[in-house]
Amino acid sequence: MAELDTSGGGHKKGPGVKKGKKLSTRIDLTPMVDLGFLLITFFMFTTTLAKPKTMEINMPYKDPNLKVEEQNKIKNSVALTVLLSKNHRVYYYEGIGDDPNKAPDLKLTYFSAKNGIRDEIIAKKKFVDDMKRNGTLTAKDEATVLIKPDTTSTYSDLVNILDEMNINDVKVYAIIDISDIEQDFIKKTEEASAGGAK
Amino acid sequence: MPHAKLPRKSAHIDMTAMCDVAFLLLTFFMLATKFKPEEPVVVKTPSSISEIPLPDKDIMLLTVDTKGRIFFAIDNKKMRKSLIDAINYDKNLNLTEAEKFSFSIGASIGIPLNQLKSYLGSTPEQQKAMDANAPGIPVDTSVLSPNNELASWIKNGRETNPQLRICIKADGDASYPSVHKIIKTLEGWHLFKFNLITNLKGIPPGTAAYAESQAPKK
Repeated sequence: MAELDTSGGGHKKGPGVKKGKKLSTRIDLTPMVDLGFLLITFFMFTTTLAKPKTMEINMPYKDPNLKVEEQNKIKNSVALTVLLSKNHRVYYYEGIGDDPNKAPDLKLTYFSAKNGIRDEIIAKKKFVDDMKRNGTLTAKDEATVLIKPDTTSTYSDLVNILDEMNINDVKVYAIIDISDIEQDFIKKTEEASAGGAK
Repeated sequence: MPHAKLPRKSAHIDMTAMCDVAFLLLTFFMLATKFKPEEPVVVKTPSSISEIPLPDKDIMLLTVDTKGRIFFAIDNKKMRKSLIDAINYDKNLNLTEAEKFSFSIGASIGIPLNQLKSYLGSTPEQQKAMDANAPGIPVDTSVLSPNNELASWIKNGRETNPQLRICIKADGDASYPSVHKIIKTLEGWHLFKFNLITNLKGIPPGTAAYAESQAPKK
């Protein structure tokens, strides 16, 4: 680096006396700072400060020896069945859809913040709470969500719906295999909406 | 009258203070850093509001990419050694000591067992290239199926270290059936509790979880 002599003369001892040039004790630290920041940049890019978060899920314990009669039956009135389908579509219906004669009324929604599946879950919880208050249901009953992802749904749908359970504080929920009948329902609803609306 | 002379300033800046700061930061980052584990595939995990941090050790990581390929990894080097011994014995792979060592220092495995020997015999660069085209660990819905190699990985992994937590890190666009098969396999081994790795997202206001997160702090 070019340096300017800025000391500006100073005292002169006389024309004949020459002083040995004083060497500065200062060291130019600029390259060292450069190096320091280079290394900082390197560590900043390679580091993982934000630790990934995990979501804990407990699958229901499946005992192969359990008889059908001993299994808990959920009441139709507390249940909300959610079917996950392609393109992040969510179909839902009230109840558990065990009546073979009457096809459940599938409604379509999405994971949107407004008018999405969340509103339905909140409505269901409120409905169950109201039922508890007027004595139709006992205190033991909880709003139950049955999650049935179909083969065209993605992993993000599953995480989203599980997340909704946490967001809305749904205590009882289960991931269940979708049945062929329900696959058919989805297909029928899709056809009906395609034919009717468009 | 002479003009008041402005003191001439040196063009030098004292770098000492800046140097101090730079090295302080450098020390912080060096101590705080934990190098990103090598990932076989890029996975974009979906987000959830869950705030449970991933445990530091004793994790079994099952990575699923967009195409549904499954990669298996456990973190501890010693455990990896005993795991490969167990797998080798279990499946009669006839691995040499060098190949076992290659496994214990490696990262994830995403290839069927019949290709494992040639995979472990190659250099790390070749392994990386093989990972890009790896078919993933074969899996099935039943643990008893002979094609379900993931089941034997999980079983041997759990046997070498019973404290292993099972973490599934799947891409948001991975199809549900591929994840479903993993869950079925875990259920087959009576593992009903596992973790899904997600990103953090904010809790939407006006919901039950939001009310709960606000309440106890105040």
